[in-house]
Amino acid sequence: MKYVDEYRNEADIQAFVSAIGKRVTKPWTLMEICGGQTHTLIKSGFDRMLPESITLVHGPGCPVCVTPLEQIDRALAIAARPEVIFTSFGDMLRVPGSTTDLLSVKAKGGDVRMVYSPLDAVKLAQKHPQRQVVFFAVGFETTAPANAMAVWQAAKLGLDNFSVLVSHVLVPPAMEALLGAPDNQVQGFLAAGHVCTVMGYQDYFAIAERHRVPIVVTGFEPLDLAHGIHMTVDMLEAGRVGVENQYTRAVTPEGNVPAQRLLKEVFVVCDRAWRGIGVIPMSGYALAPAYASYDAETRFDVGGITAVESPLCIAGEIMRGLKRPHHCSAFGTACTPERPLGAPMVSSEGACAAYYQYKRTA
Amino acid sequence: MCLGVPGRVTKVEENALGMTMGKVDFGGITKEVCLAYVPGVQLGDYVIVHVGFAISRVSEAEAMEVFRTLKEMGELGELDIAQPE
Repeated sequence: MKYVDEYRNEADIQAFVSAIGKRVTKPWTLMEICGGQTHTLIKSGFDRMLPESITLVHGPGCPVCVTPLEQIDRALAIAARPEVIFTSFGDMLRVPGSTTDLLSVKAKGGDVRMVYSPLDAVKLAQKHPQRQVVFFAVGFETTAPANAMAVWQAAKLGLDNFSVLVSHVLVPPAMEALLGAPDNQVQGFLAAGHVCTVMGYQDYFAIAERHRVPIVVTGFEPLDLAHGIHMTVDMLEAGRVGVENQYTRAVTPEGNVPAQRLLKEVFVVCDRAWRGIGVIPMSGYALAPAYASYDAETRFDVGGITAVESPLCIAGEIMRGLKRPHHCSAFGTACTPERPLGAPMVSSEGACAAYYQYKRTA
Repeated sequence: MCLGVPGRVTKVEENALGMTMGKVDFGGITKEVCLAYVPGVQLGDYVIVHVGFAISRVSEAEAMEVFRTLKEMGELGELDIAQPE
């Protein structure tokens, strides 16, 4: 496949790895904040290939993992209602709430359906006018334009049986929160490529300046990651602070302007709680007033929800890069992909799932 | 879900709402994709697709850059191993 295969060439990847080895003179801690990148890094064995002095930690790059437990419980309560067709992307289906998950709700008779695109949920609403179709709009900025278009389309069609349960989170405020934390260890950042495809990377210059870190916008294929890490190490060794773009084939400084335009119409920025981290100001999206009638949270009164986290799960510390999955006492024993205690073990983008799948036990 | 896959545009058309929709070929598998966010996209262009939406075109010129960088690094002796010819 074009633009995929050529970025998986072993020799080229090794070329960057060896260049990094020659360049590095001090220990450095790098963070990436995208679950897709986490998986590629572990699957390709970068944690084993790179010099020992480079530590890779993983940020809260899994929107499913940072969706607050209350929101998951809310989704489960809505999905259990007989009039509802509850739709979501695949990786939400087994994320554990306080007591159950979407797949179990489905097994008990709930109409829970996986969709490939949010527009499929709108189609379902058109096809089933007697049912309430709810779409679980989870994601970073990468997914927000798609979700915005679904809401926009539903409004244009005048659908009264379509709504979205919003759990959108934004990356730059999270990076600020992480870098500003007193226990921050991160010295260099790989910025999430497709988030920047949508939003551009102008926002990152202030963050780089304020916290004196290099930030490199990086793609997702193994060669992109090798290249991005090389660029970051180069900046660190040279004492250079600022933002550079490794993923130039899909990212421009200003990003995707038509997408940003619709985001501004359909969403407003709001404070959001990140599971395991707490509230980060101005770090999420809510529906704009003109589209508020499509909010599933207000359409469905699901009563008081008291969420109960597993006492063993250390997802919060993992997502802040303070610990890694194999440091968790429940990793691989009480917590596995089949019986997960927390979201990072079950989401396809979760750090714990990556470590488990690629057998990182130490 | 930030994973986006590059594919080749094989169809472009407007739907009843005036939204540009189309088909994208991913190495043999064709899927319906919303092209509203890549205005001016042409048949044969490559796009990055995420949850059924094209979020960017792929720049062929920029895609080649990394291979130029590797070649330069090889020539400058920054690499331990020989580059394949």
